[in-house]
Amino acid sequence: MNEPGIIPLIQTRVPQQREPDGTEVHAPAVPSVIRNFLRAKSSGRIADGAFAGVMVLCALSIFAIVVLIVFVLVSDSRLSIHASGWKFFTGQIWDPVSGDFGALPFIYGTVVSSLLAVVMAVPLALAVSIFLLDICPKFLRGPISFLTELLAAIPSVVYGLWGVFVLVPIIRDQVGPVLEKYLGWTGFFVEPNFGVGIFTASVILAIMIFPVISSISRDVMRAVPVNQREAALALGATRWEMIRISVLRNARMGIVGSVILGLGRALGETMAVTMVIGNHPDIVKNLFAPGYTLASVIANEFTEATGDLYLSALIEVGLALFLVTIVVNAVARLLVWAVTRGNTAGAH
Amino acid sequence: MGSLPVRSKGMERLLTLRRSGTDYVVTGVAILSTVVVLVPLVAILGYLIYKGASSLNLAFFTHAPVPVEETGGGMANAIAGSGVILGLASLLGIPLGIGAGVYLAEYARGTWLGAAVRFTADVLNGVPSIVMGIAAYSLIVAKQHHFSGLAGGVALAIMMVPTVARTTEEMLATVPNPVREAALGLGIPKWRTVISVSLRTASPGIITGCMLAFARVAGETAPLLFTAFGNQFWNFNLNQPIAALPLQIFVYAISPYDEWHRLAWAGALVLIVMIMVSVTLVRIFANRGALKGGH
Amino acid sequence: MGVDIRVEDLNAWYGPVHTIKDVSLHIPANHATALIGPSGCGKSTFVRCLNRMHETNPSARAEGTVRMGDLDIYKDATPVEIRRRVGMVFQRPNPFPTMSIYDNVASGLKLNGFRKKRVLDEVVERSLRQAALWDEVKDDLKKKSGASISGGQQQRLCIARALAVDPEVLLMDEPASALDPVSTAKIEDLIFKLKSQYTIVIVTHNMQQAARVAENTGFFLMGKLVEFAPTTKIFTNPSDKRTEDYITGRFG
Repeated sequence: MNEPGIIPLIQTRVPQQREPDGTEVHAPAVPSVIRNFLRAKSSGRIADGAFAGVMVLCALSIFAIVVLIVFVLVSDSRLSIHASGWKFFTGQIWDPVSGDFGALPFIYGTVVSSLLAVVMAVPLALAVSIFLLDICPKFLRGPISFLTELLAAIPSVVYGLWGVFVLVPIIRDQVGPVLEKYLGWTGFFVEPNFGVGIFTASVILAIMIFPVISSISRDVMRAVPVNQREAALALGATRWEMIRISVLRNARMGIVGSVILGLGRALGETMAVTMVIGNHPDIVKNLFAPGYTLASVIANEFTEATGDLYLSALIEVGLALFLVTIVVNAVARLLVWAVTRGNTAGAH
Repeated sequence: MGSLPVRSKGMERLLTLRRSGTDYVVTGVAILSTVVVLVPLVAILGYLIYKGASSLNLAFFTHAPVPVEETGGGMANAIAGSGVILGLASLLGIPLGIGAGVYLAEYARGTWLGAAVRFTADVLNGVPSIVMGIAAYSLIVAKQHHFSGLAGGVALAIMMVPTVARTTEEMLATVPNPVREAALGLGIPKWRTVISVSLRTASPGIITGCMLAFARVAGETAPLLFTAFGNQFWNFNLNQPIAALPLQIFVYAISPYDEWHRLAWAGALVLIVMIMVSVTLVRIFANRGALKGGH
Repeated sequence: MGVDIRVEDLNAWYGPVHTIKDVSLHIPANHATALIGPSGCGKSTFVRCLNRMHETNPSARAEGTVRMGDLDIYKDATPVEIRRRVGMVFQRPNPFPTMSIYDNVASGLKLNGFRKKRVLDEVVERSLRQAALWDEVKDDLKKKSGASISGGQQQRLCIARALAVDPEVLLMDEPASALDPVSTAKIEDLIFKLKSQYTIVIVTHNMQQAARVAENTGFFLMGKLVEFAPTTKIFTNPSDKRTEDYITGRFG
């Protein structure tokens, strides 16, 4: 059918080669200064290798930092690890004078205050994320998200200062009695309430981790493809149904990740907690009672620790805190990555 | 008609009512939550400005602390000390972080080592600051047998590295690849391309990232407790204990003296104004950069 | 003045994909040579092999011999040295956005460490004149960023930038594909003017363009060089059936 020669090449008339207008500017005569310069110039191989090497070293320094931290924490807490063994994590008595080092009260205080903070912060953070993404009028979106991000910029010690002089009296005189009256029967809110204690620490922590959870869960929700939302709306879903069906369900792993990131932040938060938690190593159900956390015992006692064993025990507390936060953060990062990466891959 | 399951009109309306009702409730809850969140922010900032401003005076910026019985005095030495520690931290942390970010963006795209470094940086970012303090203590203070500004600077530098590295990487990733190819195509060596083309094009974003990292560590107290330690007097020697603004705020806040409480509020206001100003400047700067890059 | 290019048995791979298969050809000096073919046929990869740009992709690999004049570019030199001798213009205009027009043109010299300001001034003016851009930008050489001028001007700026290093060979990878017809005509005029002084290799998917500017044309199909001949012959009397099918638009 397509035998050559039978069908004339209609479209292949060679177009007229146009004569360009304007004057011609000629290339420099050979050999030019520039050519000689560039020929003589080294290929930069050595500089390239050196530069790449330095960049690799910078990158590896991140590994080195982690390894170094692990190394010093382990080696400096060896004394305490040998002396206390596993009892370190189960013992309820922390008495440096008699040489008893049981970190359970700190673990208890850390876990309870952090979980309580997460319980308080998560609903608020998710509600605000939904508000900013789907409800908020455009002109308010910028200022409000900027304000919530400002929360993250306030230093821990300033939260502590505010906690000591503003929040503690409020919890003691206003919030405490109400909670005691209605929830006292649970055993979680029992007088005496001095204002300093686990509950107050949790409130401060909740305020502090709110921006973390809010901003990351917002990123994750935003990563839900628009067509998912549109599909739900096209089926006649109301706004809330659309959010529940398409946004929350698709982003749930990432939201869990953001919550765990917030938890990690709460577990390691030091200054504000130290200033309002009361610093007393007790394990009691009452949330108004003073408590102690892993981070705050280090902050309070490190510079005053007399004796190698005492110091070593405090460093072991730091090691425990380090390992827990590493694990928590690793899990959270993997969850967030799984969601955002999966979505960018799907977008292509 | 008869064979279809028929719902009564009333039922239908009830259902719709309930659905739209839920929608209104949820919307209401979301708005309420936002208000609830904004309350502590406004409360903290408002109270801080009120207390801080009424406690500030010129002496705060010009004098070192005075003993308990005397009134007056300030935190001039702590402001200077913070400057010294933060300067050291930036000097150590920012180049290291930018280097790591350059590696991630320009050399390690799609490699397992890159992924490992990226992941480690993210995890390191979540390590509590007090742990950095212990590490710096064990590495420097314990070896030298005295507290020092050097140890404090190192602790803060370690905290800056992962943040700077990740923002640098993200900003470099926004530089279009054809721009890199243009430079390489001219026979410009890769190292020169990275510095004069990639980094230069991404520089507004990278500067933003560095300032955010700076702002973050500027308010850190925990890692300085047993490294820089604090100092009631003027000191610029990195080998000596050195005062820092957040440390001084902490010490004064938990003290029993009203005069010191006043100084703590003043210090907190100064600290937060310094941080807010840098963050806001960065925002303006970054927005302008984004506009320019949009062309 | 340009040099000729001899390619012998060139093969190239991106990862496991064999993109250039046993290509041999002789590109004469100081002429324009066009490479045509459907998209994905390997013509872009081929020109990137001529200045070793394909090596910027870590998974890319090439085998065979490419000689520029007396120089075997895969044996006798590093990629950086080759690219200093070969100018390249890309599909989309890619001026350095943070540099002024002047710095864009001078970048190939400045970033390689050339410091003589007087010579730089001369080079910038001459290159911009060669690229027919001088009159349009001479007043804001240092005021305007390379990214602030129009797309067609940007592409001519990129040509000026490539000419500033005084290359022997100019590679153009579909230089007009992102431009409007008027800008395209200007670029073609330029190629026409420049080809007596440089060896120009231009990749294009526009057959009319190949016919207008090039003395010789090569037709690529699925990684192979199907036919390489004087342009008039390719377009009026191709010896290969596949070339003819492509030329007449019956390809597919």
